[in-house]
Amino acid sequence: MRSQRLLRAFPFLAAVLLALAPLVLSPFTVTLMNYIGIGAIVALGLVLLTGFGGLTSFGQAAFVGIGAYATAYVTTALGLPAIAGLVLSLAATGAVALFLGAITLRLGGHFLPLSTIAWGIAIYFLFANIPGLGAYDGVSGIPPIVLAGVSLQADGAIYYLIWALLAAGMWGIANLLDSREGRAIRSLRGGATMLASLGVDLFRVRLAIFLIAALLAGLAGWLYAHMLRFISPSPFEMRPSIEFLFMAMAGGATSIYGAVIGSALVILLKNTIQDILPHLSSNATQLEIVVFAVLLILLLQYARGGVISLVRRFLPVKLSLPMAAADGLPTRTMPQPGIALLRLDTIVRRFGGLVAVNRVSFEMKSGEIMGLIGPNGAGKSTLFNLVTGALKSNSGQITFLGRDISRAPQRAIAKLGMARTFQHVKLRPAMTLIDNTLIGAYPRTTSGFLRCLLRLDRAEDARATRSALDALTFVGLGDKAMELAGNLPLGNQRVLEIARALAADPILIVLDEPAAGLRKAEKLALAAQLRAIQARGVSILLVEHDMDFVMGLCDRIVVLEFGSMLMEGSPAEVRASARVQEAYLGGVA
Amino acid sequence: MSALLEIRDLSVSYGKVEAVRNVSLEIDEGQIVTIIGANGAGKTTMLAALMGLLPSQGRVSYQGRTLDDVDVEDRVAAGLCLVPERRELFADMSVEDNILLGGYTYRHNKALMRESFEIVYDRFPRLRERRRQVVGTLSGGERQMLAIGRALMARPRLLMLDEPSLGLAPLIVREIFRIIASLRDLGVSILLVEQNARAALETADVGYVLETGEFSLSGKASDLLHDPRVAETYLGGHT
Amino acid sequence: MDFQIAAFLAVDGIANGAIYVLIALGTVLIFSVTRVLFVPFGDIAAFSALTLAMIQLGRLPGTVLLLVLLASIALALELVSLARHRKWRAMPWAVLYYGILPTLPALAAWLLLGATLAVGWQMLLALALVLPIAPLLDRIAFRPLADASVLVLLIVSVAVHFAISGLALLFFGPEGFRTEPLTRAMFDIGGIPVGAQTVLMVAAAAAFSGLLYLYFETTISGKALRATASNRVGARIVGIRPGRTGTFAYLLASLLGGVSGLLIGPVTTLYYDSGFLIGLKAFVGAVMGGLTSYPLTALGAVVIGLLESYASFFSSQLKETLVFASLIPILIWRSVSSLQVEEEEEDIS
Repeated sequence: MRSQRLLRAFPFLAAVLLALAPLVLSPFTVTLMNYIGIGAIVALGLVLLTGFGGLTSFGQAAFVGIGAYATAYVTTALGLPAIAGLVLSLAATGAVALFLGAITLRLGGHFLPLSTIAWGIAIYFLFANIPGLGAYDGVSGIPPIVLAGVSLQADGAIYYLIWALLAAGMWGIANLLDSREGRAIRSLRGGATMLASLGVDLFRVRLAIFLIAALLAGLAGWLYAHMLRFISPSPFEMRPSIEFLFMAMAGGATSIYGAVIGSALVILLKNTIQDILPHLSSNATQLEIVVFAVLLILLLQYARGGVISLVRRFLPVKLSLPMAAADGLPTRTMPQPGIALLRLDTIVRRFGGLVAVNRVSFEMKSGEIMGLIGPNGAGKSTLFNLVTGALKSNSGQITFLGRDISRAPQRAIAKLGMARTFQHVKLRPAMTLIDNTLIGAYPRTTSGFLRCLLRLDRAEDARATRSALDALTFVGLGDKAMELAGNLPLGNQRVLEIARALAADPILIVLDEPAAGLRKAEKLALAAQLRAIQARGVSILLVEHDMDFVMGLCDRIVVLEFGSMLMEGSPAEVRASARVQEAYLGGVA
Repeated sequence: MSALLEIRDLSVSYGKVEAVRNVSLEIDEGQIVTIIGANGAGKTTMLAALMGLLPSQGRVSYQGRTLDDVDVEDRVAAGLCLVPERRELFADMSVEDNILLGGYTYRHNKALMRESFEIVYDRFPRLRERRRQVVGTLSGGERQMLAIGRALMARPRLLMLDEPSLGLAPLIVREIFRIIASLRDLGVSILLVEQNARAALETADVGYVLETGEFSLSGKASDLLHDPRVAETYLGGHT
Repeated sequence: MDFQIAAFLAVDGIANGAIYVLIALGTVLIFSVTRVLFVPFGDIAAFSALTLAMIQLGRLPGTVLLLVLLASIALALELVSLARHRKWRAMPWAVLYYGILPTLPALAAWLLLGATLAVGWQMLLALALVLPIAPLLDRIAFRPLADASVLVLLIVSVAVHFAISGLALLFFGPEGFRTEPLTRAMFDIGGIPVGAQTVLMVAAAAAFSGLLYLYFETTISGKALRATASNRVGARIVGIRPGRTGTFAYLLASLLGGVSGLLIGPVTTLYYDSGFLIGLKAFVGAVMGGLTSYPLTALGAVVIGLLESYASFFSSQLKETLVFASLIPILIWRSVSSLQVEEEEEDIS
């Protein structure tokens, strides 16, 4: 535990060292540190965006530029103080980011980064051609920042502001990542279907992190303009954008410390290259980028985790559970047992010429365990996706709790109280069991990005943690809460998905082939667990292939064949049916 | 005589999950062997490993040679062909182009190409009718025929079929199994993976039952067909 | 702006668009086969023009050194990888493919240095010199990352652009070049003067697009390319090697890039780093086709050419900004029309 304490003391130790640094270091080194700090602020945004969110931007330097030009304009042309410049810097970068994000973030992964290239170039030419912004000559005479009457003109003075803002940024991002929204961010790469089924608005989360990354860049731009007190278009073109990306990747895109390490590496390397290259070639500045580009390629080929992943091996792993409150989140009132919960009315779904689901109608009552069976290809999975909203029917109506959900987005259906599991388990393998379960509670909590950033979400998060721990304990994984989901055997992964579904406080749980790939003993345990869930008043609809499992567990069974309903009845009735026997052992006699 | 395909203690893992465990099996020249089992039993994983699409442990030899260092493309060229569960057709291309690409490994031998085309079209007159159509417009049954036709074009010695009855109407299933049985005349051996137990066992010589990655039963297909334990696996224990 | 100017700008725009068409088609081709958005495309176009210019000036083209450098790295990587898998017998082939074939044009250029060649031969030599670039870059940068996400591949692709355009400065120097036009003839079409070189550009672009179409539709290797793009697993199980098909796609793309460079060389002064903007504009055209449709891509590329031409009339300084800003309405349109697509999952059973 000594190493644990050491880890906790590290930020304070670092803060003290950094505070003393300007007193002992040479002015040149302090200037270098300033550049490192500013670079780290931009890289921090990219760590959030790329390392955690799986998005990227080749236009971060353009955001820095907008921030820099915005403050340069108001402080020189309008003569306003630097603080007014900061407001405008953030407003301008924020507005541009929201606009760009709104039009690209709904598209597939590569549209965002590519349009950031195009827009990064567009903005460079814009800066370079507006006479009011000094065109290629840039803007000079930018006043220094004055804080509480103290001018931060000297490098040793603005140093404190830069590093304080960086520290604040790191604190905020660390808070964010360890919150409700942060878990959503870390799940972005788990796929749209998984997130939607958990009630997460993929687009909103992506837009938020893109905005945060842009604001950090804008902030860096503001600092940059007032530190140098002169700006020109060239530091805001594509090349520096690549350097920022290299910082994030080199340090390690999955750690907020990676941003600082990466920035330090790049700035020092750049400094060294600038010392060496002029001896080798007259085109030193152009060749600098070659070195960075080649290093970036090598890094992505051989060490995608960056420096931090090499260091992390030797750091103690965080073992302590997150804070849990005494009480969990408020629960919803379950509907009366026996009332109509889910109704399907002549549902049809076609894929091209293929009718996958053909006029299927049935009703499910509250408190029931209902099974949906049929040979492979009978349309079970399609029907399942129609119920959960992952697919939309061509005609017919689905009602859940008296509401028509035939056209509702998956996310809205999840919020109504329908939770699901997946046939091919969809978990976040690199996240802990408790974090995986906590994502399930997402629709029950409300803290937004700002609250999460400022750590105002703790009370709610502690209650959510309690609910999630209860769910984990209920399924028998309570003692493994801090293990990584990817280390569980398949059987336990399925159970973890059920815990995640339970954390949503669902009225109905829909299970897609829960017994697939399980051994006999695991199947028995699973069946017992599902009955215990039923005892809590939760209804269960399951699609399953294993007849034994279904027969022993379900109250009622719907049998599908070739997209149509073959029959509906109790397990005994289904078992006695000659038509079902035929369908299962094969229709080819 | 050694077997055409010989599998000893084959294991296949997905990450930390072992989907197939120590499975052994033999297929003789001209035989139809079937593996039946429920969803998630590991059937598809096993075929993907045999094709070289997934890494595996254990010993697999084909025509007396080990397949350890042989990649997918060379397995195809050696006559080991797969009709995958998801068909994996070239959806935006014509039926004829799909079949043509089945013969990719011997693409420079025009005469052999023509001969193979005739073999495929003779087996599947429907494909000949539709040869100009784009795959996207075909029905489920026609797609399955095309998938088999494309594999036949590769001139297989051992054809592995993954759930050929999947999602097809009874009449079509009957047609597909009739064709599968008739492939024996072409000297093709078959490894058939199915959930449609009866149809598969009626077609095959030898059957294996795969449960959670292991063979639980095996024997002559006709014996398995009347084995109460097979019915049990498929219809619950109390029939 | 009167009709005459508008028509003149239109001719100019279509000529530019013709160049973008070739590069945009190549971009879509490589993306669909390999999932790589090949950013250095424009660089290849610029290199081919610079190579031709240097051949015409009787100087050793920088491409020679670039090829030797890239081929050595690729060969070394390939040999190490073969040695690690103990595939000794494949080594002579590796030497042939990565060592000898790519450097043959370099050798030819060196031997022919100072010789007077007909323009046709000069162009052929220039093309031969750029042809191996994309496949070699594939081997060096992308092949080791076959399992990586589109995002990682894209970052690498951008990095590759910066690496080779930076190297190009060493090999080509900072000066700009313009190649000799094949013809200086002028036509008069309805009162609008049209240069024969312009007609040639459009005709060549149309011809290459047509050849590409025929290649995809009629040859088995073209069909194998389409098959790989359509379904990778499907392609593997009929014996198509995606790696080899990828190399072929890169070769084709190199060819398209090289040809467009030869066409643009006589009308624009090109520098070692001019390719980036050309490639990006072509990419904007490709986005219109959603990176999948070839006809829409070609149309988009022509539209970009026209847009650029008119934009430069209104403000020569802001023309780049205007062209790239046009991406915004395209993306809005794509974004709106793709909403339904994302919900549709390929899930039949």
